[in-house]
Amino acid sequence: MTEPLLRVRDLKTYFVTEHGSGTARAVDGVSFDVYPGETLGIVGESGCGKTVTSLSILRLIPEPPGHIRPGSFIEFEGRNLLTLAPKELRAVRGNRIAMIFQEPMTSLNPVFTVGHQIAEAAIVHQGLGRKPARARAIEMLRLVGIPDPSERMSGGMRQRVMIAMALICHPQLLIADEPTTALDVTIQAQILELLDRLQRELGMAVMLITHDLGVVAGSADRVVVMYAGQVVEQAPTGELFARPLHPYTEGLLASVPRLDTRVSQVRGRLHSIPGQVPAATAWPAGCRFHPRCPYAWDRCAAEEPPLLDSAGGAAAARASRVTQAPLVQVEGLVKRFPGERGLFGLGRARRTVHAVDGVSFAIAAGQTLGLVGESGCGKSTVGRTILRLIEPDAGRVTLGGADVVALGGRELRALRRRMQIVFQDPYGSLNPRMTVQQTLAEPLAIHRLATGPEAKRRVAGLLEEVGLAPAFAAAYPHELSGGQRQRVGIARALSVEPQFLVLDEPVSALDVSVQAQVLNLLADLQRKRRLTYLFIAHDLAVVKHIADEVAVMYLGKIVERAPATGLYAAPRHPYTTSLLSAVPVPDPKAQRQRIVLQGEVPSPAAPPAGCPFHPRCPHPKKNDRCRTEPPALRAVAPGQFAACHFAEEPM
Amino acid sequence: MTVWTWLAFAAAVAVALLAAAEVRRHAVTQAAGRRFLRHPTATAGVFILAFFVTTALVAPYDPAGQIDPVHLQNQPPSTRFPLGTDVYSRDVWSRVVYGARLSLGIGTLAMLVAVTVGAGVGAAAGYFRGGIDAVLMRGVDVGLAMPRMFVLLMAVALWERLPLPVLVLLIGLTGWFGTSRLVRAEVLGLREREFVAAARAVGAGPTRLIFRHVLPNAAAPIIVSAALGIGNVILLEAGLSYLGLGVPSPLPSWGSIIYDGQPYIATAPWTAGFPGLAIALVVLALNAVGDGLRDALDPRKEAT
Repeated sequence: MTEPLLRVRDLKTYFVTEHGSGTARAVDGVSFDVYPGETLGIVGESGCGKTVTSLSILRLIPEPPGHIRPGSFIEFEGRNLLTLAPKELRAVRGNRIAMIFQEPMTSLNPVFTVGHQIAEAAIVHQGLGRKPARARAIEMLRLVGIPDPSERMSGGMRQRVMIAMALICHPQLLIADEPTTALDVTIQAQILELLDRLQRELGMAVMLITHDLGVVAGSADRVVVMYAGQVVEQAPTGELFARPLHPYTEGLLASVPRLDTRVSQVRGRLHSIPGQVPAATAWPAGCRFHPRCPYAWDRCAAEEPPLLDSAGGAAAARASRVTQAPLVQVEGLVKRFPGERGLFGLGRARRTVHAVDGVSFAIAAGQTLGLVGESGCGKSTVGRTILRLIEPDAGRVTLGGADVVALGGRELRALRRRMQIVFQDPYGSLNPRMTVQQTLAEPLAIHRLATGPEAKRRVAGLLEEVGLAPAFAAAYPHELSGGQRQRVGIARALSVEPQFLVLDEPVSALDVSVQAQVLNLLADLQRKRRLTYLFIAHDLAVVKHIADEVAVMYLGKIVERAPATGLYAAPRHPYTTSLLSAVPVPDPKAQRQRIVLQGEVPSPAAPPAGCPFHPRCPHPKKNDRCRTEPPALRAVAPGQFAACHFAEEPM
Repeated sequence: MTVWTWLAFAAAVAVALLAAAEVRRHAVTQAAGRRFLRHPTATAGVFILAFFVTTALVAPYDPAGQIDPVHLQNQPPSTRFPLGTDVYSRDVWSRVVYGARLSLGIGTLAMLVAVTVGAGVGAAAGYFRGGIDAVLMRGVDVGLAMPRMFVLLMAVALWERLPLPVLVLLIGLTGWFGTSRLVRAEVLGLREREFVAAARAVGAGPTRLIFRHVLPNAAAPIIVSAALGIGNVILLEAGLSYLGLGVPSPLPSWGSIIYDGQPYIATAPWTAGFPGLAIALVVLALNAVGDGLRDALDPRKEAT
């Protein structure tokens, strides 16, 4: 990998406030790299420390009241800018690193002509004479699309002039601080286009500072998201937009008004992050975003989450949800069902069915693990065994540290408050002889949460939360539609305020339109209640919308497990590839090669020797090893695990 | 007195008609009710049962009252005595009507005992399965293998004169085996249903699961078997009483009325014939209603 052009480490820029009453920690431990030739977007609301960061790089912070704390480190082209003598520093400023500012009106000196101002930098830095400097200025103006500088200039033209000024010395790094914020949309597009073009032509790196993720999306290669003086998330642009990990990024993304909004995401209302960036003199304790965070829980106020590498791979360093310890941990889960016996227990020997055969995974708090497989692969058994609705034969299951398998009787029933299940069949999962009110009030009564009028009130609240009118409380299940029943099932699961939900194919029995509604409801509830999901499905497409991580099961074993982005983009197990290719695409023009699996799923009572998938495997390299040696689940990419001898050569 | 006899009779018919009409009116509005009405005999059954229940409540004479032991022995049916009199000049109509009270009462109570025990044992066996199931069901096998009549005869022989509550208990406690099998089978299916798993998932214990979630959904077959079972119990009680071992004379259960009348079956056939007819009618009616209920409450037909 190439050396970074700019390396910022643990940058802390503090200001002493006017009355000396406190210290504003405007930039508080920021680290990032800028590589040659790339565009790095720095995003955040105003007051997050973006501009102070860029000013600190050029040491343009007025001192006092500001100062860069010792321990900070800014390296540019191998030199620490923070220890550079003023003279050397000036040689960098405007020459190797140029900057354009937000306000083109105020950044230009009205006393001098534009040409003069542009030429000045060339004269100062590169020792050019007046004439060559002037020629160079005109050349730059032409480059930025102003062939004939006249005296009156529009905002867009002034910004171009600023760019011309910044570029005259062919800098290696251009810091553009909100370069388009004050401009019309059309001019903004022109300027962004211009920056892009110039960057390509001149091969420089650009640090694009903006509060607008839309601007970043089109121009930046990587994005750093800042909040309250810190970096909260950092990722390649595509990945950041596809899967924001930090709730703040998620909020920013949801706030952008867009033309192509998917109905499933926004449904008519524009999202906004509640509250404002707090004052830099008093950042909140713990995670600085927690007072505004929809996912916040006790721990967020207590501990500051470190910036962690997510499983997503690439160079992404991300914070927040990923940093929390797993809420649910499953290790070596085994469930066998005794096979059939002959009359009087005689006859041929029992053949045990290994419904679940050594399944392990973990789900971090607030995350969703999608568990996918064909019917009969044991995925529902996994879900029910975790909840002890079926007793496991071996393995460990912990929920927030509590050993689910070891508990019995009363303790287990108390633990059930924290974990709940939503079933596939909305017809079978509600007691036909109980009204909705009775169904929803029962868990409240069992756990002594509410009785009488209080229970009625709680039930009405639950119904409202799942999008049903309170009048439904008096209805019997057979009076409800499938979607409505499923909402009641969800409300029942929520009634005890659980942390963890097993969603056992919650939408596969529903119409497509109702499916979308219920999926959205589940996503909303997860956000609102900070729920952790195990989402069981037979369809990779459904899971894609909700899962952070996906595990694919075949014959009682997990054959592939990966972050959702990785799995859908680059499946490593041939079974996953086949499942993905089997998902119908609602577009007649879409060209796709569909892999049709041969044969049926073998009986779990007599799984094939070697790799259980080998009889149906479409992989061209399949050989004798597959028939004899069962492949182990092993890491094949960061965060991605596959059980295939040829995981390195995916189909 | 004649007036009262006929008034009571008319009232009973009127009430029975009303009850049958009311059942019809109500039933038509529901799918289950319509399935009930598909049996033409079911409505007739409702009428007969309502008639006997009403007469049992409004009977005019003292069933043990000997009106004129000298002149009114074994009188044939007339307007004064619609069903004649017996050898002690007692009004057979009154005795049959009171007999309904006793026979239906014993039948219902004994069946309640049987259903309670049967449902409890069946639910426990079906819900807990394993060892509990094996022990309970082997017990049931033994119970089913014993001839019920002889068990009762033995008990009666031991007690000599059997108090009525004990008789009811005995009949009930020897009659639950079939019900428990039925309930067990039903519970075995129900316990695997998702709503039971859902209740377990929210933390419900076995008691709540069985009584709130499983048994209410097994109610239909239990009710049907109870309705059919009452007829059986009535027959059984009649048989015991006919043998002189059930309801002691002079209490008029239908069986004991027949027992009292049988020596005169040639000269006064009405004394034994009418209670016999009453037994036949009520058992037929119960079977008809039971069949209707079976179809009406069959959950497999719920969808249609």
